[in-house]
Amino acid sequence: MSRIGKKFRDIVKRGGKAFIPYIMAGDPDLGRTVELVRILEDCGADIIELGVPFSDPLADGPTIQKAAQRALSGGVTLHKVIDLVADLRKHSQVPFVLMTYYNPIFKYGEERFVHDASEAGVDGIIVPDLPPDEAGPILSFSRKADLDIIFLVAPTSTEERIRRVSKASRGFIYYVSITGITGSKLSMDSSISSHVSKIRSMSGKPVAVGFGISTPEEASEVARFADGVIVGSAIVKRASDPDASFREYLLSLRKAIS
Amino acid sequence: MPALDELEKAYFALGKDRDFKREIDLLLKTYVGRPTPLYFAKRLTDYLGGARIYLKREDLAHTGAHKINNALGQALLAKKMGKKRLIAETGAGQHGVATATGAALCGLECEIYMGSDDIVRQSLNVFRMRLLGANVVEVAIGSRTLKDAINEAMRDWTTNVRSTHYVLGTVFGPHPFPLIVRDFQSVIGREARKQVLDVEGRLPDYLIACIGGGSNAMGLFHHFIGDEKVKMIGVEAGGRGIVPGEHAARFAGGSLGVLQGTKSFLLQDDDGNILGTHSVSAGLDYAAVGPEHALLRDSGRARYTFATDDEALSAFELLSKTEGIIPALESSHALAEAVKLVPGLPKDNVVIVNLSGRGDKDVQQVARIKGIEL
Repeated sequence: MSRIGKKFRDIVKRGGKAFIPYIMAGDPDLGRTVELVRILEDCGADIIELGVPFSDPLADGPTIQKAAQRALSGGVTLHKVIDLVADLRKHSQVPFVLMTYYNPIFKYGEERFVHDASEAGVDGIIVPDLPPDEAGPILSFSRKADLDIIFLVAPTSTEERIRRVSKASRGFIYYVSITGITGSKLSMDSSISSHVSKIRSMSGKPVAVGFGISTPEEASEVARFADGVIVGSAIVKRASDPDASFREYLLSLRKAIS
Repeated sequence: MPALDELEKAYFALGKDRDFKREIDLLLKTYVGRPTPLYFAKRLTDYLGGARIYLKREDLAHTGAHKINNALGQALLAKKMGKKRLIAETGAGQHGVATATGAALCGLECEIYMGSDDIVRQSLNVFRMRLLGANVVEVAIGSRTLKDAINEAMRDWTTNVRSTHYVLGTVFGPHPFPLIVRDFQSVIGREARKQVLDVEGRLPDYLIACIGGGSNAMGLFHHFIGDEKVKMIGVEAGGRGIVPGEHAARFAGGSLGVLQGTKSFLLQDDDGNILGTHSVSAGLDYAAVGPEHALLRDSGRARYTFATDDEALSAFELLSKTEGIIPALESSHALAEAVKLVPGLPKDNVVIVNLSGRGDKDVQQVARIKGIEL
């Protein structure tokens, strides 16, 4: 069982919910990312999502787009993010999930990427522009290497699509709370919780919810029905100045997600 | 993905619908002004002293370029699908103008995404879109050109997918877009094939078209693909030369990759990030090329080359002076290839150049390049 699988099993055992923060690797440099990972762990992160900067991040709103541009101008690449995880892994057992677009993986070479990432201690990947329909080769490489590929389900997904995603997804399923891009405004309605329970019952896998969750109140609301809560843009926005109030914010999220 | 499934289903269903086809054909005839002429460019032919040159006059279509063929088709498709709003990206502004026109004709709301660099060099078209009732949204991130406008349009579509149809303007993007756009544009080649047979009594030896995403070229090529003796040439933007960041010649300086839902040739660095591009023509200034062109290139059915900014600018002036036709800077790249190729061909050869758009929109920019104040 992967580190992510074990983590969810432990969380379920203690009756909790997973807190999954996202930061952009290398924003503004890799040293800061090491520091932020330590803070996230101190503040109770269950799984850490590391964004890999890409020139054309289609699924991301302005906050993460700008973070990616800062990281890219510092010369951060997929290779360097994998090396970073290898370094972090020496001191940490927290599951790491890379969120990267497909072209950097394609250029790296799918088989080599899966090998290198899993050797470095990456536990899962999220590739927002790769639907399971097109993921055949990387799925088979990743199963052999015990690297979880986490696919996304959108509010507009049909039952047929949910079934397809459920079958392909490992570790957990990422439910996108809104039709839209990261950092948009969340509109809380009952459809999110009914979608999440439907996906959980159809897949039998944990469902984490992300996109647009920024306040502890929203996180707490989502945690009532989801197995995990992903917070990205709101953390990226605050991570440029990781002072005491940043820790307080993370702790308030942690407290809300239980 | 659900939106693409919905679009594919609707498109295939309407493809079999005779009323839909009749409605489009009538509009193409009475609104767009089709068929566009196939014009024998006698003075250009005499000047170059080689093969006989015909121009497929897409510049004479309503709104001044081939873009209307696709935009109108997709606008009608969107209306049938019950969508209330159209969005589109635009580089040179021609696709934006065509989509705004289709939206006005169908009574739909319209929003056009355009890179801030393109807004500056195509200010005339920005005003035209606004006159047509569209809202033009400036995209000031990334390379601030066509690629970034597509990114923003896709983000909008993801957000407003229930009410909105994304009118992609070229043979790019995820399936079924390359197919839909090619089908709507293939009217160009269907007409040209009939027209050249009428006047020459035989098929042409060469087809030449410029390639940004590649919709005018695909439109011209499609009905000739089975005619193996007809050679097809796509002309990319060579910009200031084949140096990273200075051109948009994907086949000359690119490699295989995946961008915006399409696997094709891309200008990218070793880490898979997309490189900046440059072309004097905003419509060719794009880091990727339509996947069917990559297929035609790999199979050897079509040949791909490039023309530099300077070559395109001289072809722009040459056609204006010899034929009294001011071509778009995009189409000038196709003409530049004709200027290179034709003098070496026998006089009984026949060449069709797709004159994909008219150059009115480029007049201010050409004046600026020549240092002339208007």
